[in-house]
Amino acid sequence: MDKFTTIHSSAVPMPIEDVDTDQIIPARFLKATTRDGFGDNLFRDWRFHQDDSPKSGFVLNNPIYSGQILVAGKNFGCGSSREHAAWAIHDYGFKVVVSSFFADIFKGNALNNGILPVVVNEEFLNEIFQAIEANPNTAFNVDLEKQTFTILETGKSVSFEIDPYKKMCLINGYDDIDYLISIKDQISAFEQQQLAF
Amino acid sequence: MGKTLFDKIWDAHVVTAVDGGMEVLYIDRHFIHEVTSPQAFSGLKKRGIGVSRIDKTIATADHNVPTKNQHLPIQEELSRYQVQKLVENCEEFGVELYGLGHPYQGIVHVIGPELGITKPGMTIVCGDSHTSTHGAFGCIAFGIGTSQVEQVLATQCLLQKKPKKMRINIEGELQAGVLSKDIILYIISKLSASGGTGYFVEYAGSAIRSLSMEARMTICNMSIEMGARGGMIAPDEKTFEYVKGKEYAPKGKDFDKAVAHWKTLFSDDDAVFDQEFTFPAEDIEPMLTYGTNPGMGIKISQTIPSESGKSFQKSLNYMGFESGESMLGKPINYVFIGSCTNSRIEDLRIVADYVKGKKKADHVNVMVVPGSKQVEKQAIKEGLDKIFAAAGFDFREPGCSACLGMNEDKVPKGEYCVSTSNRNFEGRQGPGARTILASPLMAAATAIEGKIIDFRSQISQN
Repeated sequence: MDKFTTIHSSAVPMPIEDVDTDQIIPARFLKATTRDGFGDNLFRDWRFHQDDSPKSGFVLNNPIYSGQILVAGKNFGCGSSREHAAWAIHDYGFKVVVSSFFADIFKGNALNNGILPVVVNEEFLNEIFQAIEANPNTAFNVDLEKQTFTILETGKSVSFEIDPYKKMCLINGYDDIDYLISIKDQISAFEQQQLAF
Repeated sequence: MGKTLFDKIWDAHVVTAVDGGMEVLYIDRHFIHEVTSPQAFSGLKKRGIGVSRIDKTIATADHNVPTKNQHLPIQEELSRYQVQKLVENCEEFGVELYGLGHPYQGIVHVIGPELGITKPGMTIVCGDSHTSTHGAFGCIAFGIGTSQVEQVLATQCLLQKKPKKMRINIEGELQAGVLSKDIILYIISKLSASGGTGYFVEYAGSAIRSLSMEARMTICNMSIEMGARGGMIAPDEKTFEYVKGKEYAPKGKDFDKAVAHWKTLFSDDDAVFDQEFTFPAEDIEPMLTYGTNPGMGIKISQTIPSESGKSFQKSLNYMGFESGESMLGKPINYVFIGSCTNSRIEDLRIVADYVKGKKKADHVNVMVVPGSKQVEKQAIKEGLDKIFAAAGFDFREPGCSACLGMNEDKVPKGEYCVSTSNRNFEGRQGPGARTILASPLMAAATAIEGKIIDFRSQISQN
């Protein structure tokens, strides 16, 4: 996993609520057996017509918006557990997703792929959307070490929560699996005293 | 202070805690399927390690399989490759596979319970969000991503933060024509598609207790649709009776010993939940969804509500519905009966019982997809296949099918489908498809009438 450093970037706004993982990556694109290339089909059916031509109204097709930060409405990533959604977002080039609320499984999948989910309150989320609307080039700063998200233009900054263990993993590029393998003896000892069924 | 059912099982599975509040949770059973496992196996290969406990890992092929001619090679190249990859990985790592052609093949959340692999008190995971289904047995069962599939394959453990606890009580007697699918659609319509996020839910109350094991599975199955990681129901005599005699159930004295343990699995009287809701069973009617998330549901007697906000309007535009409209009388061209929510033998019996002696409306395409080879076999044994054929329903072979349209079973663009599945997201059943979630009874009635009706007048005549 990539190490997560400070991000300084403009952002792509998606003020839609309950964006489910079927929208992020439709099921028909889950047939791959590697983790690569999912970015091409990120938000496939919102982004492209059935003949593969781009839908001009969709934000990812609008050249005025770009950046490593995706800002979305509440309950982002609900639905299916497919990690392909996180792979698609990462592969497309996003490093941070900001919302007022994330679905649990998506949040875990994002963290396991070096994507930082930043939870801000509804009011601040609207401020972010307004700032981007006023100026699509508005830059933001995401500092994982200090756990702050800042709108650089106004200087307004909020702090966000992250589990200290997951923070350490992101900063160092560690996987959970490295840690679990390192405690294998402890796991074996636990197994010995488990019930037989 | 007493413990909740959830606490009792969780606490018994914590190997150790990590600084900051995460815990290492031991996993009793791990189900895998073709879609979310290949990258996990690649990860193991890259690290040069094997599967930690093959005796606790079970594989099947379900998401991507055709539901016609399963004895022939899969036509679609990518699907064929992915299913073949599962076969190769299971062979290489020594994992038991109930793949295509095996008498136990089926949807992962159907086969676990019917084989007796799913048992009370277990922790169960799978790279599929509907793993919550197994909670009906009093298990902590939840869906995980592929990185976590790799973790469990490698170590039989997961790093997890303990969720908050919610109890939802349904008290009283259900009205005629109301099935467990209606109960869960009702609950989600009350709590919204995100109301359970951060929680693990226990379903309780007299109406829940009155349900069969299969009906309880339907409820737990859709816990994720309100954002909850999982749902569970305390095991009781019905649970023990269901597990008894199944292929992988403990036998003889071992079974008695297991039951003695299972009987300790309930929430203590003084256990505290972070949130609790109680709904009267009498308030529940046959339910339908009108929007693009499972929280957008109404009773059959209600009209589509009105809400401000872009997301709500976007959803109604997609569905082609308007606020204030009734769903009654809406013409429907597609009906799908199947999925891990409603593809068990009891579901098929309910449908067959309703359609016996009737014929589907000419313009409706009706697909009935059993949850497993065993369900298919039982349906044929009971002659349900003949009832379906006489009604003009297409009775197919097991798989996830049109619930998510990974195989060729899709609903065309713009068409409405009354579906017994679990998600009405945009394009879920095919690009542009419009899904209306409902119970098997509602689906059966829609197939016969060719439009949405309040079928309760019909069943009371019987």
